[in-house]
Amino acid sequence: MSVAEVFAKAKADERGALIGYLPAGFPTVDESVELLKALVDGGCDMLEVGVPYSDPVIDGPTVAGATDVALRAGTRLRDVFSVVERVTAAGCPAVVMTYFNPVLRYGVDAFARDLANAGGLGMITPDLIPEEADEWLAASEAHGLDRIFLVAPSSSEERIAKTVAACRGFVYAASTMGVTGARDTVASAAPALVARTRAHTDLPIGVGLGVRSREQAAEVAGFADGVIVGSAFVTAAAQGPARVRALAADLAAGVRDR
Amino acid sequence: MTSIVPTSKASDGIRTPSGHEPDERGHFGRYGGRFVPEALIAALDELSVVYDKIRGDREFLDELDRLHRDYTGRPSPLTDAWKLGEHAGGARILLKREDLNHTGSHKINNVLGQALLTKRMGKTRVIAETGAGQHGVATATACALLDLECVIYMGEVDTERQALNVARMRLLGATVIPVKTGSRTLKDAINEALRDWVTNVDTTHYVLGTVAGPHPFPTMVRDFHRIIGLEAREQVLDRVGRLPDAVAACVGGGSNAIGIFHAFLDDPSVRLVGFEPGGEGVATGRHGATLSEGSPGALHGALSYLLQDEDGQTKESYSISAGLDYPGVGPEHALLKDLGRATYEPVTDAEAMEAFALLSRTEGIIPAIESAHAVAGALRLGRELGPDAVILVNLSGRGDKDVDTAARWFGMIGEGESAAEASGTRIAEGSPAGPSDEAAGSLAGPSDEAAGSLAAPSDGTAGGHE
Repeated sequence: MSVAEVFAKAKADERGALIGYLPAGFPTVDESVELLKALVDGGCDMLEVGVPYSDPVIDGPTVAGATDVALRAGTRLRDVFSVVERVTAAGCPAVVMTYFNPVLRYGVDAFARDLANAGGLGMITPDLIPEEADEWLAASEAHGLDRIFLVAPSSSEERIAKTVAACRGFVYAASTMGVTGARDTVASAAPALVARTRAHTDLPIGVGLGVRSREQAAEVAGFADGVIVGSAFVTAAAQGPARVRALAADLAAGVRDR
Repeated sequence: MTSIVPTSKASDGIRTPSGHEPDERGHFGRYGGRFVPEALIAALDELSVVYDKIRGDREFLDELDRLHRDYTGRPSPLTDAWKLGEHAGGARILLKREDLNHTGSHKINNVLGQALLTKRMGKTRVIAETGAGQHGVATATACALLDLECVIYMGEVDTERQALNVARMRLLGATVIPVKTGSRTLKDAINEALRDWVTNVDTTHYVLGTVAGPHPFPTMVRDFHRIIGLEAREQVLDRVGRLPDAVAACVGGGSNAIGIFHAFLDDPSVRLVGFEPGGEGVATGRHGATLSEGSPGALHGALSYLLQDEDGQTKESYSISAGLDYPGVGPEHALLKDLGRATYEPVTDAEAMEAFALLSRTEGIIPAIESAHAVAGALRLGRELGPDAVILVNLSGRGDKDVDTAARWFGMIGEGESAAEASGTRIAEGSPAGPSDEAAGSLAGPSDEAAGSLAAPSDGTAGGHE
């Protein structure tokens, strides 16, 4: 299933898509595969496989702590591809979320090639803007991968237009100004950002940063096409796959409550 | 009547384009640019616009010049280090005395400019990272002067080795937040500052302390520091009657180096040499010699050289000098290296500390350990170039903050003791600690001989630490 099909299916069901994030290699490579599968078993429509990075400047303590655990456990880039391969082989659609330097170092084209070979559908790039992405634009074309850039509440209309024009698959709307982490309330900026973004594109829009409860998932699914959940799953992962599956089920109910 | 030299003013560095500008998106060749979250782009765009505006704003420029004259104490002097030169093959060594600026280093050049810009943007809160604490102290100072709220992020390791500067920042009214993630040094302090900035960008300006980071920081910070080279070039011409043969500066992020190099970029006869922290020797892997040993990559918002493993994970750097202990470097240095216009060499902890002691003994100037790397480099250059050489050194900071580290290195005090507690101890009684046997021994001897033995030509990378 492609990213477009994942969103089309959710839309046909008149609900939001649920996208779950966990880092590859957290707490170990094998356990991360089980945890990612548990996301899908619980009801996630798509996986976002995190690439552990030494300097995660847009992540709060929860995700940064988890990726640090993965790195200390010896997780390598080649393990990320193997995780993607194992979850996609199990039938879970997956994209990766990665800071750009590991991709640069690996070689942008080689990274895209190996990601595509592993069954990955695309890449979310939180510290890459389209203006710096020439190599990735070319590599994603060459290897048939989707490109998910971010828009933010501070983005101007001009920048939103430029960013969505470079996207393929979906657009990631970072709903708050800040780092990743679960929050008690959905940021008030999110609906406005989604509305502004919609004016510039027909692509599905996923909203991330802060969702942790069924009620929040329902609220976000009311105005966005996809609900992206990360930190809450990382926290749940400490209690094992069953807890992750239960949270995913709860949130999956939420995206159907809208 | 001759005119009083130097005639350059701080505002000249920002008012007059240098002729070595990046492209409009901040690329120096392939380096630089903006590798940051989209959420920060609006703030960076605003900063670029406001910075461009003030470059032609007479009122802003006059205020900057007034502050640097009456508050910083610019121009900084040029000092002939005659006795030091005797230990450098007889070369004439000239020290650009940025250590005499208010707050004790070159950092104030940039900070006053950015603090004034913060006011212009209507922001009320300033954050900054600091390694050795010099940039943090300068930022806290400017915030006290200009009524801005100030929060400084500093790696926990650095708060310990630079405790004096932590106290200074707090006395100046700043909040100092020890950063406990990663290697707990400068790199992690920048990560934490970026996280704060992305969260509070509406009210907050990030006063980045070096010529790294996303555009426009590498250009803007450079321009605020260009006054170092503009003054020094005039002063050397006036004093010596010709350009120097070489310019030496230490390079961590690279702000003091770019500040002094820039005035000489178009003088092909002038060798520009940056001295990076070689730590315990580059062969040991315990160093911060980013340009000498690193490879291109993106860190903290810009593409440049960095120390990284084969997966692109940042390697931890090491240096005795907190201000140079950084695995990245400014993008314009990356370009200058590739072009061959500047060269970069490592200087070990041991070489730097030897130069630290030598400058203290011969000239009565205690340098910052950062700047001691440049002094060590000048000794190396002098021995290579010979007695007719004129070498300009950017003495970027003073060593008050480093007295504890130095006293420990030279075995003047024991573990767990502070320099102040041990002040009654005669140097000769200090128990020479293992790694610094030689240095401590020679320091304890008759001073003439001590200077002589300290100045013995080093073999380049090996030091007493090995």
